[in-house]
Amino acid sequence: MDLYEYQGKQLFAQNGIPVPSGEVANTPEEARAAAQAIGGKVVVKAQVQIGGRGKAGGIKLAETPDEAEQRAAEILGMDIKGHTVHRVWIEAASNIAKEYYASITFDRGEKKPLVMLSAVGGVDIEEVASNQPDKLARLHIDPLVGLQPHDARWLAFAAGIDPEAIKGVVSILGRLYRGFVQLDAMLMEINPLILTEEGEVIALDSKVTIDGNSLFRHPDIAALRDTTTSDPQEKMAQERGVTYVKLDGDVGILGNGAGLVMSTLDVVALAGGSPANFLDAGGGSQAEEVVTALEVLLSDDKVKVLLINIFGGITRCDEVAEGLLTAVEQLGTSLPIVVRLDGTNEEEGRRIIAEKAPENVVTEATMLSAAERAVALAKEAA
Amino acid sequence: MSILVGAQTRLMVQGITGREGAFHTTRNREYGTNVVAGVTPGKGGQDVSGIPVFNSAREAVEATAANTSMVFVPPRFAADALFEAIDSGVELIICITEGIPAHEMLKVYTHLKRGEQVLVGPNCPGIISPSKATVGIMPTQVFTPGKVGLVSRSGTLTYQISKELAQLGIGQSTVVGIGGDPVVGSSFIDILGRFEEDRETELVVMVGEIGGNEEEKAAEFIANEMSTPVVAYIAGFQAPPGKQMGHAGAIITGSSGTAEAKRVALEAKGVRVGTNPTEVATLVKERLV
Repeated sequence: MDLYEYQGKQLFAQNGIPVPSGEVANTPEEARAAAQAIGGKVVVKAQVQIGGRGKAGGIKLAETPDEAEQRAAEILGMDIKGHTVHRVWIEAASNIAKEYYASITFDRGEKKPLVMLSAVGGVDIEEVASNQPDKLARLHIDPLVGLQPHDARWLAFAAGIDPEAIKGVVSILGRLYRGFVQLDAMLMEINPLILTEEGEVIALDSKVTIDGNSLFRHPDIAALRDTTTSDPQEKMAQERGVTYVKLDGDVGILGNGAGLVMSTLDVVALAGGSPANFLDAGGGSQAEEVVTALEVLLSDDKVKVLLINIFGGITRCDEVAEGLLTAVEQLGTSLPIVVRLDGTNEEEGRRIIAEKAPENVVTEATMLSAAERAVALAKEAA
Repeated sequence: MSILVGAQTRLMVQGITGREGAFHTTRNREYGTNVVAGVTPGKGGQDVSGIPVFNSAREAVEATAANTSMVFVPPRFAADALFEAIDSGVELIICITEGIPAHEMLKVYTHLKRGEQVLVGPNCPGIISPSKATVGIMPTQVFTPGKVGLVSRSGTLTYQISKELAQLGIGQSTVVGIGGDPVVGSSFIDILGRFEEDRETELVVMVGEIGGNEEEKAAEFIANEMSTPVVAYIAGFQAPPGKQMGHAGAIITGSSGTAEAKRVALEAKGVRVGTNPTEVATLVKERLV
């Protein structure tokens, strides 16, 4: 689960990492009030989960509350690489002396947290890694030992952090690591981490990703979830507990098991079609689950045809077929639905659909033929 | 021979008294797996269909000489159960549980690697050596005994490919689901190495998906360490970056972990990659002749 900059900064502050004082604003008026409350020069920052906000005009300086209101009016509603700005973060402007980079990532290859620190910040760190590798210090941490102060000092010296900033950077790394573990983060990044003219080290940006599997023990973070998506289908799927990812095609897809569903998307693409989504109905795929899943799929206007791809293992295809009939009846859809049932009781499942399903529901014997048929039907409907 | 599970398996089940635990334990035993014990704290002295239940893994191992543990414990208690399994001394641990926090698994993994024990999973369907033994939740009817080893990050895709193989008259030596989480106990390489040493396995099918770089590492391993041929399949070419595709580990991070990068890495080492499950079965058939 990816957090917005302002949410990450609030978590930083709770963990003792210095951040500029700031407030969230949903309207230009709120931006004005926030600027008034903060006092002095402020920065108005678009809250979207995509890089390159500054270049796209999503980050602007404002000298006065009036100006903050104007800048917020310009930024709110702006489209940044397909992300609409619904919120801005207003924070006190900082006097930047130096820009650094700090991050902790969950290195799944090494199976250890990886701490990275650089005296070059505010730029794409992958570029620093390839062009100035000596400016980037990297250290893997034993998860049973944790980051020790000497690790943080080693990183700071190795990265070439300015002497006056060493103490502040070391302290922040320690707190960042504690937060990384306590919050079950997969990523915590500060870019840039700055040294101010006044000699303070503070986090000027935040990028935080939390492990979705850990949300049961972070109810406060789980509560932020509804604010992290604005897509109507993804929102609906989240509310109903459906594993769904929106894509931009017209073939709606439902399957069971993550791997099989990914494979279904690929096969649709190979057949010349364009998948509208990823939807894993899970192992059960009983009537109720199928109804919920179809509701999510059908709420997407772009969808012209549905492809249902089930492999019956412990689940039986006849049960899935009955579930599908109930779902189609309840939802009363007339969109073409191509069903491919394989595995346990597949013939029984196909027979149920052939005998009882309305005309818009057809079966295919293989994944490939089902994908081809769905793609052909989508082209007819387009 | 087969790998990891077989006639030698003496299985204990942690979380045996739960609904899923009891259901699958019984199915595993019906298939022929020697299930010797169950563990549920506080339910020691009871039994599940005649299988004795113990309060701790250590007690279960002492009393029954269990050498393999299957973990069915819910996610928030599963890491504890895994530490308990490691400390009980069993040789092999198979964790079915989905949804264990990744940081918990880092600690389990680090502890595990201090010793020689093997963990398969979590978030996996288990292991089956057809007609010998099964440990986990796989639908046994799609597998037949044979000479192809199969290792996969995905459950249903494994069943699909096994069925395609069965239609061509090809069976499996052992099928290993290594799990869909970012941190799993056994990597592709660990399992490929075991298949390489298994005399019964004449070819291996490796089923990967987006996320991480284990397939890329496997490509190197296949080229440098294996004489047994490998056919691969990768799912997730259509997956957008930054989105978790069902499995916690199936996510493209930045530009790394794409299906295309995995396909290229494998093909560069001479491993054929099927474009769909049916083609994988066809490639296997060609290579086996």
